[in-house]
Amino acid sequence: MSSLRILVPVKRVIDYAVKPRVNRAQTAVETANVKHSMNPFDELSIEEAVRIREQKAHHSAAPKVEDIVAFSAGPPKSQDILRTAMAIGADRGVHVVVEEKDALEPLGVAKLLKKVVDEQKSNLVILGKQSIDDDAGQTGQMLAGLLNWPQATQASRITINDQTVEVIREVDGGVETLKAKLPMVITTDLRLNEPRYASLPNIMKAKKKQLDKKTLADYGLDTELRLKTVKVTEPPARKAGVKVEDVDGMISKLKELGAL
Amino acid sequence: MLPATRSSILRAARSQLRQSQSTALPRYSASARFASTFAVLEQKDGQFQPASLAAVTAGTKLGGSITAFVAGSGVKSVAEEIGKAKGIEKVIYVENNAYDKGLPENYAPLLVENIKKGGYTHVIAGHSAFGKNLMPRLSALLDTQQISDITAIESEDTFVRPIYAGNAIMTVQSSDSVKVITVRGTAFPAPETEGGSAALEEGVDPKAESATEWVSEDLQKSDRPDLGSADKVVSGGRGLKSKEEFDKLMPPLADALGAAIGASRAAVDSGFADNSLQVGQTGKNVAPQLYLCAGISGAIQHLAGMKDSKVIAAINKDPEAPIFQVADVGLVGDLFEKIPELTEKLKQ
Repeated sequence: MSSLRILVPVKRVIDYAVKPRVNRAQTAVETANVKHSMNPFDELSIEEAVRIREQKAHHSAAPKVEDIVAFSAGPPKSQDILRTAMAIGADRGVHVVVEEKDALEPLGVAKLLKKVVDEQKSNLVILGKQSIDDDAGQTGQMLAGLLNWPQATQASRITINDQTVEVIREVDGGVETLKAKLPMVITTDLRLNEPRYASLPNIMKAKKKQLDKKTLADYGLDTELRLKTVKVTEPPARKAGVKVEDVDGMISKLKELGAL
Repeated sequence: MLPATRSSILRAARSQLRQSQSTALPRYSASARFASTFAVLEQKDGQFQPASLAAVTAGTKLGGSITAFVAGSGVKSVAEEIGKAKGIEKVIYVENNAYDKGLPENYAPLLVENIKKGGYTHVIAGHSAFGKNLMPRLSALLDTQQISDITAIESEDTFVRPIYAGNAIMTVQSSDSVKVITVRGTAFPAPETEGGSAALEEGVDPKAESATEWVSEDLQKSDRPDLGSADKVVSGGRGLKSKEEFDKLMPPLADALGAAIGASRAAVDSGFADNSLQVGQTGKNVAPQLYLCAGISGAIQHLAGMKDSKVIAAINKDPEAPIFQVADVGLVGDLFEKIPELTEKLKQ
């Protein structure tokens, strides 16, 4: 069998533990001076790619991983998360520098990724199922559609044998198992794996790995946005509730509120 | 400004509609009357999935006509059932077992053909596992930027959706000619399933091959109400300590209330409850009349999935737990005592 060339797109987002604040002008969420990190689902993607490579050491039937490329389209600081991906085990990084104000929509990212897949001759793309900022959950499926490749979204287990990929995916009410042949696009769900921490030696090594800087113009992409943000607002606050003393208090309060 | 051709078409259509239109039609905006919605509905093993009717409700908010679509084997009877739901003008069905598992590789091309044939302005599906998997692929084929998980419709091109785990609400305006949308089921209650009389029509079937093969599934069997649409939900978190305790305490409480069971990510990750029960940003969104949770601290990601519940009640031994900031009724105490007591008293 031919070897795997894995592409792992990653996104820099506001850290999952930070409570986002809407800016005063109601145009966006405040991102200045806020802790950012790699989108949690993307950490799972990179971890999975590295695990697929490591399998080869234990099972000779496991596919050979020729290359793991981490990719990001985002502001200059996105290179930090590409370094993190390389510290976890990606071989190289590709960074398309896109300023925050020009941030792409999922369709734009998918179109860009299609070109990157062609350029890098990738035959497996592993993405997170959604980014925790925009919560769109679209890019992987769009990419699969543009490439006309099979897709398996919300993967909780990936098994690759002899060109055949079996994926257990999380669906409403349980799981389902799909089988497809490479090349394909997979998106990760939280249950897929437990991402490792990058060790200090690996962080140091990652600084020496190749990181290519590119621009959208290098890929000749039309980046006209289809959606205009009219406004961004805070969600309605819930009214302060009451604390009750005991179970009887809880039941009578719930009755009063019409919930029982 | 609109291009000249489009505005003349609009004008022609407008004058036509003025003659035929009944005064009862909602008027959300001048152009809303020209919306024609294609609602992608779900069936599973010949059983219609009523939750997917949220797409129809969203369609009625746009004004204009609504065509429902369903595909699979033995789907004609499902189409007949759908046709009784209020607000649907026509049901297009495609009878072919290749679509039974909702594989996007052949389902998306199927939708493309039927959408192009009907010239729809809006394509809507529920933000379920099916919709989430399929619709973005469809969007890419149609070269349109999808709008995911909307909670409100402001006009024919302007939609409201939560971002950042529901910590911000974004209003977006789409410039795409075909708007592909997934809707949050809890924000668009299903229409009445009686009283409609839609026409039935067989759709076109491009018979695209799927490169993906469906192998098997393992679904949780339960007699309890569906988590996504239940009136009441009881939910447990890390505080339950083990699967044994979860299974001992939560089902009786759920039974006493006639509630569905949910769980926090911590409970799911620790193996207390099945993945499909997870409530939150990356799990299910619920908005029941009552959300009663125990042993859940109230992380941002969990709140994202339940804070639109009408009444939230929480039992937690930590008085500082963030869950108490959103709970209408909070009880500080040991859930291992409080839940059995609550269950007993609710049964009476």
